[in-house]
Amino acid sequence: MFQIRIHGRGGQGVVTATEMLSVAAFEEGRHAQAFPSFGSERTGAPVVAFCRIDDKEIRLREPIMEPDALIIQDPTLLHQIDVFAGLKPDGYVLLNTHHTFETIGLGDFVKERDHKRLCTLPATQLGLKHVGRPIPNVPLIAGFAALSDMIQLESVIKAINEKFSGKVAEGNIAAATEAYALVKEQMKEHSHA
Amino acid sequence: MLKQTEGSKAVAEAIALCRPEVICAYPISPQTHIVEALGEMVKAGELTPCEFINVESEFAAMSVAIGSSAAGARSYTATASQGLLFMVEAVYNAAGLGLPIVMTVANRAIGAPINIWNDHSDSLSQRDSGWMQLFAETNQEAVDLHIQAFRLAEELSMPIMVCMDGFILTHAFERVDIPSQEQVDAYLPPFEPRQVLDPAEPISIGAMVGPEAFMEVKYLAHAKQMQALERIPQLADEFKQIFGRDSGGLIRTYHIEDAETVVIAMGSVLGTIKDVVDEMRAEGHKIGVLGIISFRPFPLELVRAALIKSRRFIVLEKSLAVGMGGIVATNVRMAVSGTGLKGFTAIAGLGGRAIPKSSLHKLFRQAEKEELEPVTFVDLDWDAVNKQLEREKQTRRSGPIAENILHDKGIVSAKFG
Repeated sequence: MFQIRIHGRGGQGVVTATEMLSVAAFEEGRHAQAFPSFGSERTGAPVVAFCRIDDKEIRLREPIMEPDALIIQDPTLLHQIDVFAGLKPDGYVLLNTHHTFETIGLGDFVKERDHKRLCTLPATQLGLKHVGRPIPNVPLIAGFAALSDMIQLESVIKAINEKFSGKVAEGNIAAATEAYALVKEQMKEHSHA
Repeated sequence: MLKQTEGSKAVAEAIALCRPEVICAYPISPQTHIVEALGEMVKAGELTPCEFINVESEFAAMSVAIGSSAAGARSYTATASQGLLFMVEAVYNAAGLGLPIVMTVANRAIGAPINIWNDHSDSLSQRDSGWMQLFAETNQEAVDLHIQAFRLAEELSMPIMVCMDGFILTHAFERVDIPSQEQVDAYLPPFEPRQVLDPAEPISIGAMVGPEAFMEVKYLAHAKQMQALERIPQLADEFKQIFGRDSGGLIRTYHIEDAETVVIAMGSVLGTIKDVVDEMRAEGHKIGVLGIISFRPFPLELVRAALIKSRRFIVLEKSLAVGMGGIVATNVRMAVSGTGLKGFTAIAGLGGRAIPKSSLHKLFRQAEKEELEPVTFVDLDWDAVNKQLEREKQTRRSGPIAENILHDKGIVSAKFG
């Protein structure tokens, strides 16, 4: 079983992101379970949501305390809560920022980890560019697909088309496609480094 | 059709397939998404003939459902927590009048302290209301139980609550097979009421009944639930023939054949329990699971038969009978009275506290060794409790308990887990 935890703030589409991830995994014939942390749902408040992916039925209902992957939708959360709590030693981290891990003060953290599993992505900018709104969730799940190879970009696009239609769907697909390419590019650089 | 969808959305689709004619709705978390989705379907003309009635309170929701059901319309509503409590007088009336209303309860804690998260306190508070109560383990089962519920309710002319864990199921996206309209139509015939308010043939429903007949009317409600004990397994069998899957029934067992220790629970936590049991079995522990699907009627004989070969049982329940212990556990103990089986009660997950596998591993191992107190409070923070008790000993004006505990824990706003 592969377990993903997404941290963000109310209004950033955190819950929708896990739901779409689960739909993308389902499109590939896998079992998936997405659920929110059910906190006070206020704009700007820290929000956590979870997604499990497996090849067999998922029965477990506990929150994800030891994730295989973390997606952090808002870097300002790093100062507020321990987003890395329980992350497996070889876990993936995808962080929404146009800076590097080092320049936002995570240099020591990334030193101890496998660089091929860490990535930053300017997801808010991608949302603004393609959808006209600073919502980073869709670029991040596409970026996660590229980082982890857990799901295909095509499945993310299917999930987008299930959730949105018309111009919004088109914009999100463009954002997802660029995010996927950006992360793949970064991964290539890491593997050459 | 197999789809990846939200529990609430799946239930709304199942309700629509059951061709309800009146849906009364008053929003309350975590039930809201269900009636929202149904409201959209009615407005879009996808669900006809059906009247969607926005009411001013839960009391009105149940009162309208009583009226529409008495007029011969298949009637549905949904609620949770304080909403269920607010409609209680009408809840008892619906059962007392023998009206086959189906209601989803998206199980949620009862205040005070106010809490929107899941436990089973709300529907269990209505255990003696005369409503049947079926508990879903997964969103698939929630879908299936609603279809079975309309059939059972209308056959017996008695109301049913289909209980699903608030948030944990209602807000979870998972794989659900939504049946076809043909399948549901083949299983669920049109509503043929036993009593109808019809201006062409006037009758009254809801007579005042004195001591000369009250007990008989009440006994008949009990008799109906005893009939349901027979019908629920039969309806699950018929369901399997049409829909091709096991869903519903009175109880469900898991690795119980050679189990020395049996864990008993209701609802979605059964999934987590089964994972823990698999892990313990792999280490050689003889442990099994008994899931109770039908809490009302309570299947005393089946529960007894399922436990009789074991040595001990532990009831893990998301409810607390204050001043007593467990609610489900009390029912289970009634089922095994005279057997000499050792029983333990574990209260867990109140107000949405997570029930992690790690806690269950510890708890079940203690149960195996019979090292537990009769009633255990799983993952209770004894430091916080003792600090408050000490405060009350030291000071008369010790202040509000909830605020004190939050302050001691350094919590400024509620969080999950």
